[in-house]
Amino acid sequence: MKIFSFRKLNNSVMTLSMVMATILVLVPLGLIFFHIMKMGLSSINLDFFVQIPKPTGETGGGMANGMAGTFVLIALASLIGLPVGILGAVYLVEYGGTRISAVIRFAADVLSGIPSIITGMVAYAMLVEPMKGFSALAGSLALSLIMVPIVLRTTEEQLKMVPDTLREASLALGVPLWRTSLKVTLRSAMKGVVTGILLAIARISGETAPLLFTALGNQFWSNKLTEPIAAMPLQIFTFAISPYEDWHRLAWAGALVLVTLMFGLSLSARYLGRTKQQS
Amino acid sequence: MKTKVKLEDLNVHFDKNHAVKGTTIDFGENSVTAIIGPSGCGKSTVLRSINRMHDLVPTAKVTGRILLDGINIYERTIDSVSIRRLVGMVFQKPNPFPAMSVYDNVIAGYKLNGRINKDEADELVESSLKRVALWDEVKDRLKANSMELSGGQQQRLCIARTIAVKPEVILMDEPASALDPLSTLKIEELIEGLKEKYTIVIVTHNMQQAARISDYTAFFYLGELIEFGETKKIFTTPDKKQTEDYITGRFG
Ligand SMILES: Nc1ncnc2c1ncn2[C@@H]1O[C@H](COP(=O)(O)OP(=O)(O)OP(=O)(O)O)[C@@H](O)[C@H]1O
Ligand SMILES: [Mg+2]
Repeated sequence: MKIFSFRKLNNSVMTLSMVMATILVLVPLGLIFFHIMKMGLSSINLDFFVQIPKPTGETGGGMANGMAGTFVLIALASLIGLPVGILGAVYLVEYGGTRISAVIRFAADVLSGIPSIITGMVAYAMLVEPMKGFSALAGSLALSLIMVPIVLRTTEEQLKMVPDTLREASLALGVPLWRTSLKVTLRSAMKGVVTGILLAIARISGETAPLLFTALGNQFWSNKLTEPIAAMPLQIFTFAISPYEDWHRLAWAGALVLVTLMFGLSLSARYLGRTKQQS
Repeated sequence: MKTKVKLEDLNVHFDKNHAVKGTTIDFGENSVTAIIGPSGCGKSTVLRSINRMHDLVPTAKVTGRILLDGINIYERTIDSVSIRRLVGMVFQKPNPFPAMSVYDNVIAGYKLNGRINKDEADELVESSLKRVALWDEVKDRLKANSMELSGGQQQRLCIARTIAVKPEVILMDEPASALDPLSTLKIEELIEGLKEKYTIVIVTHNMQQAARISDYTAFFYLGELIEFGETKKIFTTPDKKQTEDYITGRFG
């Protein structure tokens, strides 16, 4: 009898602490979103999306160049990061089993643990110094370094889940391994791979530190990939630490747009992940 | 009987596990050979060495020779891909490409390897599906997803896909064991017809099936070929006691 009630007590304590933990996770998320909404929503208007920042002292202006810059940086980072990550994973799973794959896996794990400011320093040393200037290219390289391990690891997990019978079906028809890997194995894992890509993009879209001394930021539009380029997180940072009330408003609005973007990406990733389980 | 495939002192190891031990067999052209034996005796392993499927298993080591029309397919200069075009394979569980239609599955061997022109494809789809007696059942839903077919239809689709690339040898690993009796019967009838054109090696756990469809039977036990001969003889007057015990259901 005594043991029974003890177990019961134990059970409710566990339940309670799990509810508490859930609240502890949800409350900050709700607070952040609510606060950003409250501060930013009033400053979101057409100007915000089509204008570039006004010089100090003037009111109005927007973050059009920052949004475009973030888009360019993400696109370029994906152009570098996705092929490397995806093909790396294909190599690991379909051709692996050698010492090289252990090295690649280890490198990816280390890379994903490196603070993002360091990837910025790497890109600085690799591109900014040799090219003698900050650039969109350098920013993208820094972001792609963050992307590669995420994409590589999620793709690897997805490829591992593809049943061998499918690979064998293709190989037995006389389709070479590399074609089988790309056209059968990778394709059938595509949904999960895209989920990983979306999560990686969500992750890099808010990164600020690696852009500080690579993309640098730009008050104006930039015309070349070899020039410094504006990015939303950088603009938010600059505006938020400035002493001007008007810039603070823009920073909040920017934060709202950025968080909404990341929220949307994460939701789509989740949705894709969900539909896959059903099929 | 002309020999199509000859195993010469074939040995397969998986690390320390000696799965196939010094096997020598001749598979005759345009005949059906059944491979029987208890679970784990190496039937699949023998079969998969004939289309070099073990190439992809890092722990597998194949020694000895396998001659296809007199040419050793394990010769270093020979590409496994070209061997697999000549030696097709049908698996235990139907495995059509789930993302492809019925139509695309039949010509998958061509599509995955590049292009195929429309007329050629149409003709190939029709003739291959007719060959496996599936045409009448699916001709109105060629564009449907292959997973909508029944298990038995999927398996015949897989056979159609295999013969569409015009192999000379077809390996079948328990092709009917996941199917209902009626579908099984259809597959058996089909195999009967296929041997006019192809050399067939089939693994089966079903003694009646082996007796019904095969011309020759090979009995394996613990990785060793115990007895090989005409099916009629193996099933009526086997030379070895072990063979008799297995066939009469006394073990295995
Ligand atoms: N990919 C592999 N890796 C390691 N060992 C394997 C592999 N495939 C088969 N083996 C081993 O080889 C031996 C023979 O297996 P095989 O699959 O050929 O048996 P089988 O006669 O086809 O059995 P079943 O009737 O159950 O299909 C077994 O000991 C098995 O564990
Ligand atoms: Mg088997």
